[in-house]
Amino acid sequence: MSVVDRQEWDVVVVGAGGAGLRAAIEARERGARTAVICKSLFGKAHTVMAEGGIAAAMGNVNAGDNWQVHFRDTMRGGKFLNQWRMAELHAQEAPQRVWELETWGALFDRTKDGRISQRNFGGHEYPRLAHVGDRTGLELIRTLQQKIVALQQEDHRETGDYESRLKVFQECTVTRVLKDGRQVSGVFGYERESGRFFVLQAPAVVIATGGIGKSFKVTSNSWEYTGDGHALALLAGAPLLNMEFVQFHPTGMVWPPSVKGILVTESVRGDGGVLRNSDGKRFMFDYVPDVFKDKYAETEEEADRWYDDPDHNRRPPELLPRDEVARAINAEVKEGRGSPHGGVFLDVSTRMPAEVVQRRLPSMYHQFKELADVDITAEPMEVGPTCHYVMGGIAVDSDTAAARGVPGLYAAGEVAGGMHGSNRLGGNSLSDLLVFGRRAGLHAAQYAAEQAGRRPRLDDLQVDSAAAEALRPFSAEAEVEEPSGGPPENPYTLHQELQQTMNDLVGIIRREPEMKQALEKLAELRVRARRAGVEGHRQFNPGWHLALDLRNMLLVSECVARAALERTESRGGHTREDHPSMDSKWRAVNLLCTLADPTGGLAATDPVRGQIVLERETTEPIRPDLLALFEKEELVKYLAEEELSE
Amino acid sequence: MATGTEPPATDPHPRGGGVHTPTRAAIAAPHLRTDRWWLTPAATAAGLLAFVVYSTWRAFANAHYYAAPYVSPFYSPCLAENCEPMRGGPNWEIFGPWWGISPAVIILIFPLGFRLTCYYYRKAYYRGFWASPPACAVAEPHRKYTGETRFPLILQNVHRYFFYAAIPVAGILTYDTVLAFRDETYAWGHMGLGTLVFLANIVLIWAYTLSCHSCRHIVGGKLRHFSRHPVRYRMWQLVGKLNARHMLLAWTSLASVALADFYVYLVASGVFDDPRFF
Amino acid sequence: MSGYEARFKVWRGDAGGGGLEDFRVEVNEGEVVLDIIHRLQATQAPDLAVRWNCKAGKCGSCSAEINGRPRLMCMTRMSVFDRAETITVTPLRAFPVIRDLVTDVGFNYTKAREVPAFVPPAGLGPGEYRMMQEDVERSQEFRKCIECFLCQDTCHVVRDHEENKTAFAGPRFLMRVAELDMHPLDAAPETGLDRGRTAQDEHGLGYCNITKCCTEVCPEGIKITDNALIPLKERAVDRKYDPLVWLGSKIGRRRS
Repeated sequence: MSVVDRQEWDVVVVGAGGAGLRAAIEARERGARTAVICKSLFGKAHTVMAEGGIAAAMGNVNAGDNWQVHFRDTMRGGKFLNQWRMAELHAQEAPQRVWELETWGALFDRTKDGRISQRNFGGHEYPRLAHVGDRTGLELIRTLQQKIVALQQEDHRETGDYESRLKVFQECTVTRVLKDGRQVSGVFGYERESGRFFVLQAPAVVIATGGIGKSFKVTSNSWEYTGDGHALALLAGAPLLNMEFVQFHPTGMVWPPSVKGILVTESVRGDGGVLRNSDGKRFMFDYVPDVFKDKYAETEEEADRWYDDPDHNRRPPELLPRDEVARAINAEVKEGRGSPHGGVFLDVSTRMPAEVVQRRLPSMYHQFKELADVDITAEPMEVGPTCHYVMGGIAVDSDTAAARGVPGLYAAGEVAGGMHGSNRLGGNSLSDLLVFGRRAGLHAAQYAAEQAGRRPRLDDLQVDSAAAEALRPFSAEAEVEEPSGGPPENPYTLHQELQQTMNDLVGIIRREPEMKQALEKLAELRVRARRAGVEGHRQFNPGWHLALDLRNMLLVSECVARAALERTESRGGHTREDHPSMDSKWRAVNLLCTLADPTGGLAATDPVRGQIVLERETTEPIRPDLLALFEKEELVKYLAEEELSE
Repeated sequence: MATGTEPPATDPHPRGGGVHTPTRAAIAAPHLRTDRWWLTPAATAAGLLAFVVYSTWRAFANAHYYAAPYVSPFYSPCLAENCEPMRGGPNWEIFGPWWGISPAVIILIFPLGFRLTCYYYRKAYYRGFWASPPACAVAEPHRKYTGETRFPLILQNVHRYFFYAAIPVAGILTYDTVLAFRDETYAWGHMGLGTLVFLANIVLIWAYTLSCHSCRHIVGGKLRHFSRHPVRYRMWQLVGKLNARHMLLAWTSLASVALADFYVYLVASGVFDDPRFF
Repeated sequence: MSGYEARFKVWRGDAGGGGLEDFRVEVNEGEVVLDIIHRLQATQAPDLAVRWNCKAGKCGSCSAEINGRPRLMCMTRMSVFDRAETITVTPLRAFPVIRDLVTDVGFNYTKAREVPAFVPPAGLGPGEYRMMQEDVERSQEFRKCIECFLCQDTCHVVRDHEENKTAFAGPRFLMRVAELDMHPLDAAPETGLDRGRTAQDEHGLGYCNITKCCTEVCPEGIKITDNALIPLKERAVDRKYDPLVWLGSKIGRRRS
């Protein structure tokens, strides 16, 4: 059965977005033979969609900025649920990571004195985002991609082979992390192009697969975001952390239907765009929560003055953190003051001259012109919340990015949890990728070197069962005879039902009965997904690929739904209608998801028990010197009394 | 069913080069474009051909190229002994009595070379005459293609020298335009319809010449640090603006130079009297 | 305004052969060609192979030829077509086909490796780079490239002449050479690497006959020909065909 191509590497990186590529570069520079596996072509990762910039306290525009200020902003944004050591490392190391990109050829926009320019963004106290127009993510990916090519050129000069020490396996999907006892022994996957299976043996595996947005109907995420890495880690025995926190970006396109969810960058509001309801009212003034009352303008006049004179006026409420704005839009639409296609109006056309719009927001202008036939210099955009980012993820050690409980497994980027707490600030994602991508690569390479003498063995049984699992969709017809059977299911239909379920029942505003209903629906889908059948053969067959991805989406969706049901408070990217306020008792609680039946594979199709068990854990107290960076009055809003008294 | 774009039902996997290389998607049609892609190359070829026919006739005609105070741009400067005398005009007898044919031939080499090697005209005639390619994503009919890698097309690289030469030529045509502010008795301070034609022509000639890609490179494009050369940076930006309209200027200046010549022909051959304004 | 049924012809097959297959498929307001291909997958042809990713014109994955023209499927609105028109979708025709609309674009990755990488200036550490906005703008334009490879597909040098693929890097990677040659801090010259010269000697710049199809198809609107290829040709002229420059460099007064 297992006539499968096998290769030996030191470090295998799953995912070739910002975090994966940065990890691969680091691992290779530390001497590890490194393989990178990506579902798409090299250089197409979802990171290219990032528009705003990379947050790093370089202080190029405002010299008052430093890592402590950045740390504070990040903790506030995450409502103090962040794994504080990650937030600290992130704030400290981000500038180095950005500067390093320049030495690899990146060309950021410049200040007048020739340094990297930085822009304002929601939740950041100072202008902090290094950027290239509104295509910063593309610059990041291209720079890392070209650095990898540079390393390969170096290897070619020395060994005559470009891929001797660093190889990218394009258009390949990993379906299982293989293990030798407790520790990682490699990965099993298939080539999309040929459908052939392969095994890469390696003592260290870095997971950097990004997010889970494709489980939701309205999302800014691309097809790759099926939660593969989350599921791989779960299946390998590693826990997922705080999966209930899903960020809905307030402004996605809502019309036409085919582009619903595509992002409208936050810069639109940063540059003066305002949100209005169908009565023409700037409704955000009604939605400023108490904790932010003193920081945001109360009148339109003051808000308008802020753009030119930020020192003497308070910011407009359109620039509240993403979770607040998303909830406000949701409420307006629900109360019948929405736009014709179920969003609200985001208007720049009455705020600045047409040529300024075109100069400052070129890609937004084109996006609306080409996809919606809307001229944003002449009419308002219609926008609404869209699933954008998952704060939860694989539970990792802050310093080493090692996944808990599985030696040899590392995680970085969106797939790793903890860094952003309950809500991520714009711009903190790209810096997260670089800081923890590098750390994951570094520690994976070190770990692999330590294992050099005793490389983990490959278990043929695991390879066989992984192959059988991957081939299952082709034999769906045969299973009609089985007692569990029903007709074969169309994977596309299952996917659409899953997306609808998550969107409607575990979406931006959550209620207990709906989440229970979602869990029932997920159980039903899980049973049906076992009958997901495909036509044709293994060569580049998207139906098959989707059938395999369904396993991951269902696992991850169940994590989100269970954790969301458990956390009876509202915080950041988790809003409970039945528990509308933040509860400081929950501040110190992490919810960990693990597989209910780690030995039995995915046989657990019982709708009540499900596949996931939840566990509560108390977070490590924030280090006193970091707490001292905040005013006492502010801490009172977030921390429980017993935490404060220490 | 039949849409007109449907490929003929021939061998589904024709052996051949280009888009019919066996590894590529087996599609018999050399292209599947449904728009009128042939219109642009056809119009380009027709336009260029018309100019070639007209200019060949006029260049070899050796007649009706001077009607005081106007000299045809085809014959300026006039560098042979057999030129018509033009008072104060651009004739210098560099070529002696041995030069028998039309003196236009001597000077036309330069504007011809400038336009022939121009990056825009190259595109125009490669597409229009050579069908290399006829239009984007339309298969070209040639078996081999080496582009501008060898003789003679490697000579296209001399465009820059023709640009250098085009500047004095444009200078002389400017001089001719100044001379056009005389009347037929060579008295200064007059204007006729021809003066306007000449003015329009010289503006277009200069705009075309300065919008040249070589010019853009020389004034600033070759620099690596614009910030250290603010004046050249400014010039590069200005030339860049013109350069964006290089195609338009190439056609309008081609038309205007033909028109200026034709105007002189009409006046010189007596078909028409130059209307004088003052 | 409402939906209608459109006629599509989609090329299906693989390296062994294939042909255009007819489909009738529902089209709704505001949709793009990629939506229709997805609808075909979900309802009529579940194994129809297609590459796509962001569906917002930012990743450059869904390149194909629509009615014979190289385009991104996600950026081609159905409203640009007449409702009665049959819309033909084929894979890129300059590259080997893998299956249906998916081609092997390995050519481009091979060429990417042949362009020597950015050379960091000696003596400047991270954080010490100083570059002026006007100096980075030219290269920034080229870095907008999303690597959809439509320019590589449409360029007749390789599209119509398979044999030129070894010698010619294609517009995308000649533009990469230009980008590095215009980078304000690239230290390649100090290491003896003359990018302007290699463009012609190693990457086949001479094959380009500036017929501008690359610029026409670029979904990012990069002026590939005017801003990258022609300046490169002029730089090659500086090195090889301009005696004044040659003389100057011999005397040693001029530095690039």
